[in-house]
Amino acid sequence: MTQTPLVRLQDISISIDGQVLLERIQIDINPGEIITVIGPNGAGKSTLAKLILGLIKPTSGLLVRQPGLRVGYVPQKFHVDPSLPMTVKRFLQLADNAANWQQALARVDVSQLANQPLSTLSGGEMQRVLLARAIQIQPQLLVLDEPAQGVDVTGQAEFYQLIRSLRDELKCGTLLISHDLHLVMAATDQVLCLNRHVCCAGHPETVSNDPAFIHLFGNQAARSLAVYHHHHDHHHHTDGTIAEGSECTKHSHA
Amino acid sequence: MLEILLPALLGGIGLALITGPLGCFVVWRRMSYFGDTLAHSALLGVVLGLILEINTTLGIVIGCALMALLLGFMQSQRQIATDTLLGILAHSSLSLGLVALSFMPRLQIDLMGYLFGDLLALTFTDVGWIFAGVIAVLLALHRLWRALLLTTLHEELAAVEGINTQKTRICLMLMMSLVIALAMKVVGVLLVTSLLIIPAATARFYANTPERMAMLAAMVGVIAVLTGLSMSWWQDTPTGPSVVMSAFFMFLVSFIYRQWHQPAH
Repeated sequence: MTQTPLVRLQDISISIDGQVLLERIQIDINPGEIITVIGPNGAGKSTLAKLILGLIKPTSGLLVRQPGLRVGYVPQKFHVDPSLPMTVKRFLQLADNAANWQQALARVDVSQLANQPLSTLSGGEMQRVLLARAIQIQPQLLVLDEPAQGVDVTGQAEFYQLIRSLRDELKCGTLLISHDLHLVMAATDQVLCLNRHVCCAGHPETVSNDPAFIHLFGNQAARSLAVYHHHHDHHHHTDGTIAEGSECTKHSHA
Repeated sequence: MLEILLPALLGGIGLALITGPLGCFVVWRRMSYFGDTLAHSALLGVVLGLILEINTTLGIVIGCALMALLLGFMQSQRQIATDTLLGILAHSSLSLGLVALSFMPRLQIDLMGYLFGDLLALTFTDVGWIFAGVIAVLLALHRLWRALLLTTLHEELAAVEGINTQKTRICLMLMMSLVIALAMKVVGVLLVTSLLIIPAATARFYANTPERMAMLAAMVGVIAVLTGLSMSWWQDTPTGPSVVMSAFFMFLVSFIYRQWHQPAH
């Protein structure tokens, strides 16, 4: 893709108290592209997300963001103290673009939650509400930090499917942080395998065969991933009714 | 009689109007111990006011703000947990304040008044101070409402949405310092926090939005001031504790009511 990236990270390193959190990171996030960042615990995934969100500054290197970039953010944890009475509706009305809260909620299929208090939502419901909130501002860049934690497998698959379709609609660049290999791999355009530095990057199939990836996640993970992808392709050809099936066509788009 | 009662009424009501909404943030952000520590350091502010020969209320605001900053600074280390720090600072600053006060000329110091408040000793000058503070805090709350709510919900999300969370937090602390300085006259150092959290906690039982909770908390506070003051006037009970008792009574009734009816979310 030869377009101006939404965010460009050039040779970025971050260290805090002499400890290196990220080292010489090089990433372009382009409009309409889903990049998934995977890596073990402590690999600096959340640090990378915070960096791209502008919450922390790099120690060295250059971070260029498109001026006036609209960023939607789905945080990793969102605990609401039960002492704070806040309905979903009121929460969405606190956003910059408060007027379209109903559309946003309907788009992620949770209109029925409008009058529910935030503190009573389940993990999956909260995830959708946060996504609704993130798309309210018609983001050019969507950043999701381990959004599917505590959601069952079916729910996760549906969620990633939703992210793909939102990407198609909004043409937004998407950065997805995850450590859940299987489901994410099916939903992404680019995979970036992070362990303080970028171990390997590329298309899901390429990455799963990369020695660095196999080293990081072990043979079995890599194998099951490959199996998953083949399995997945077949499903697409023989049975189009499975939700994730449609993703296979998009794998070839680059 | 009106000369004593009117300033007390006006001052008490004015104060309840801001302790209610501000108290909601204390409850939502779990800052009640923090508020308590600020209140305990208020006595140091009194000393500061006497030494610098400035208005006592101003002295307390400065003292509380310094304490808030000190606390923020000390929290950046990780060996000692925040609640331990709060406990250390609360009681040390109270002791330091009491010791320092003992060196002061005694003529103008009503220690019991500082510790438990004396609403009926309010003057019209005090009322003027309180209303200046009330207007300042209400304006600030109105202006910062969205920023404060979002920062309370999720700091990083708020920051991504362009809110200066650092500034918002400092404003909240300054508002708390101001309210504590003003509320000290009414309920005293030892009871200030109760005026912040009891009305807010009572309001929680009936509210389904943060705005409604803030308004209800202000109302509960006003009622507590009115009943407490009446009790003190007719039965000659200590004013500060009477106000707190009235607030507690409303909390208790609401609590029991909610045990029987389905809890509000």
